[in-house]
Amino acid sequence: MGGTDAKDILGLPKTPLSLTQEKKSRPQKESHRKPDGISREVYALTGGVAPLMPSIDVTQLKRPPPPDEKVAWQWLPVKSSARKDDLQLYHWVRVVNDVPPTGDYSFAKYNKSVDVLKYTDDEYENHLTDPVWTKEETDQLFELCERFDLRFTVIADRFPLSRTLEELKDRYYSVTRALLRARAQSPSELANHPLIKQPILVFFWRKHLSKYYFSISGHKQEPYDMTRDRERKRALSMVLSQSRHQEKKDAEILAEAKRITEMRLAARRAAEPDVPANENIGSVSPSSNSQLPATAVAPSTLTMADYASTLASLRMLHVYLRTYGLEQMVQAASSAVGLRTIKRVEQTLQDLGVNLKPKVPTKTVCDEHLELRKEILTLLNLQKQLQYKESEGSSHREGTYGAMPDTPKDRVFASEPFGFGGTFLLSPSFQNFMYYFTISNLQGVCLSVFTAERPIKKEPKRKGPGRQSDTPSPAHKRPRKLKASDL
Amino acid sequence: MEDSHVERFSASTPKPRIGIDGGDDNKNWRRRVNGVEVSVPIVCGSIAFFRGKKAKEYRTHNWTVYVRGATNEDLGAVIRKVIFHLHPSFKSPTRVVDSPPFTLSECGWGEFKIDITIFFHADACERKLELSHLLKLNPEIYSGPQSPNVPVVTESYNEIVFPDPFECFLSRVINHPAVHVSKLPEGLNLPPPGDAGDESYYKMKKGDTKDHPLSHWFSKFSEADELFRLTATRQKVQADIAELKRQLVMVDAQPEQF
Repeated sequence: MGGTDAKDILGLPKTPLSLTQEKKSRPQKESHRKPDGISREVYALTGGVAPLMPSIDVTQLKRPPPPDEKVAWQWLPVKSSARKDDLQLYHWVRVVNDVPPTGDYSFAKYNKSVDVLKYTDDEYENHLTDPVWTKEETDQLFELCERFDLRFTVIADRFPLSRTLEELKDRYYSVTRALLRARAQSPSELANHPLIKQPILVFFWRKHLSKYYFSISGHKQEPYDMTRDRERKRALSMVLSQSRHQEKKDAEILAEAKRITEMRLAARRAAEPDVPANENIGSVSPSSNSQLPATAVAPSTLTMADYASTLASLRMLHVYLRTYGLEQMVQAASSAVGLRTIKRVEQTLQDLGVNLKPKVPTKTVCDEHLELRKEILTLLNLQKQLQYKESEGSSHREGTYGAMPDTPKDRVFASEPFGFGGTFLLSPSFQNFMYYFTISNLQGVCLSVFTAERPIKKEPKRKGPGRQSDTPSPAHKRPRKLKASDL
Repeated sequence: MEDSHVERFSASTPKPRIGIDGGDDNKNWRRRVNGVEVSVPIVCGSIAFFRGKKAKEYRTHNWTVYVRGATNEDLGAVIRKVIFHLHPSFKSPTRVVDSPPFTLSECGWGEFKIDITIFFHADACERKLELSHLLKLNPEIYSGPQSPNVPVVTESYNEIVFPDPFECFLSRVINHPAVHVSKLPEGLNLPPPGDAGDESYYKMKKGDTKDHPLSHWFSKFSEADELFRLTATRQKVQADIAELKRQLVMVDAQPEQF
């Protein structure tokens, strides 16, 4: 056995019962010693750790029986309070000193049943009549309920007339409730009945402690509502029967919605929590946000919403500093763009000699500042677009050389700037790895070496000999330093 | 007094463009005027003098921190009190100034951030406004030992904005020199300002800072320069945008030429 091997290795004695002496000589073993009376392997099965509270008195387990007790096992008849018939059953009983054990059958206490109410005919006439249900049906229902302990699926199955499960439930609960109300001596005993509890309790709490009643009443019970039950079951079956594809789509839509609400929330971060999101923009003074750049290349309706919600949140403050207001609007404007773009805007402002935070923030100055920022954003967007279009355009032009069938999916810029400012395009669709020589009309041959992890074709801008481009693309005019950050 | 307000309102013609704040019947005389903005240009700053020969180890500078109107007008019509939160090393560092001019003078040696809380009159706004100012005692660039006659002045311009002000507030301050009111909508009938039982509105004591002993150190803030620069820059950027658009159109057209 493994245990003995381990003990061998450790050079320890092999008998498990002599543990008490070995406690100190086994520091590598778990800090808690295994209890006496059970072997180590059995102890290890339970996790090898002493329980927080001793569940069994382990010393009892292997104790020899007390010598004065005489134990015998006898085949004796059983009397169980759970049984209502007279069936006589027998079982083995541990008899000590010829005295059989007393008391009820030990499992009789588990025979629980539901308290289904029984009504008299009078009660039925007075309180329980229903247009849809006859007395016979109701009687049958109640008999089944008693027999099957309110297991409605079984009851519905066995009900002689065709009724849906929800109808049966509804009838049972409404009858019971009406019966309870009719029989009640005083309202107080009703208040504690599980079927009636909720309506009364809620009313009371609402009057005095409207905020707290949910937490105090604990488990909330509502009277059975047939339509709600049907809806719930339908919804459950729908969820269960969703295909995996649908699940994925749902998850995507939820993530998207969450993202949008978070963006909106970020725009209104400083506002009070009860800001209405759909303020009427027209009522705000016209100069503040009427001139959104109509030429925005990437118009995002999200930005409009951001401005509106920021304005609304500012109005909710009732008083604010102009600089604070400007900060909020700038944040709203930058919420839709990345950090890199924000830095570029600020760099541009500095290059143009404009203070990032106006020194004299009057209303007109702040408005102008905001508009300037928006225009710079537009400018940067346009620049990016132009770069992209150019590279696309040059790839189209090179199509005649049989190399490039479609627009490149990605672009990587070579590390060295090239004299004529051409862009390099790579298409992942090609497996060949080729070198191209570029010949410009003014400069010498530039050789560009490009290495990549996967074989990519490099497509530089080419001009055929003797062909002058009439309208050189702007890229030629201004040698552009290509940076990865341009992407 | 409240009754007279109510009477006046019920007798007047329905006003366009005035929103009811909260719909609370008790306060229907505190209606807000939508689309109007009340702004109060202020300057928050500090002036610090080196004490020269009288300077001791812990009392090297006499300084004054203040919140003043940008054109030195009396802010008492809008501001009820200003609390300057000084560094905890000062005795009772929470200094309350409850009448204009809102200035505080002290003597010390250290530079620190002063938190300023501004409280307004009840009809203007019930919320307070927080700002902060960094007290500077020493000049940015060391240019020899400090002269006790030339102070270090740090001022920053700002504006307190009240969007959608209350009618009563608007009517009270609409002609006040310290207050700018944006263009009022057509057909707006403001009630005449009633006597607002609070006498602090019409304090006889002068609250403006025009003749303050330090007033000749105050800077004048003019939006003209900044505005000029901004509009010029905008024009340049707009021109660049137009140019880029033109180029974009050309680039789009180019592939068809081949």
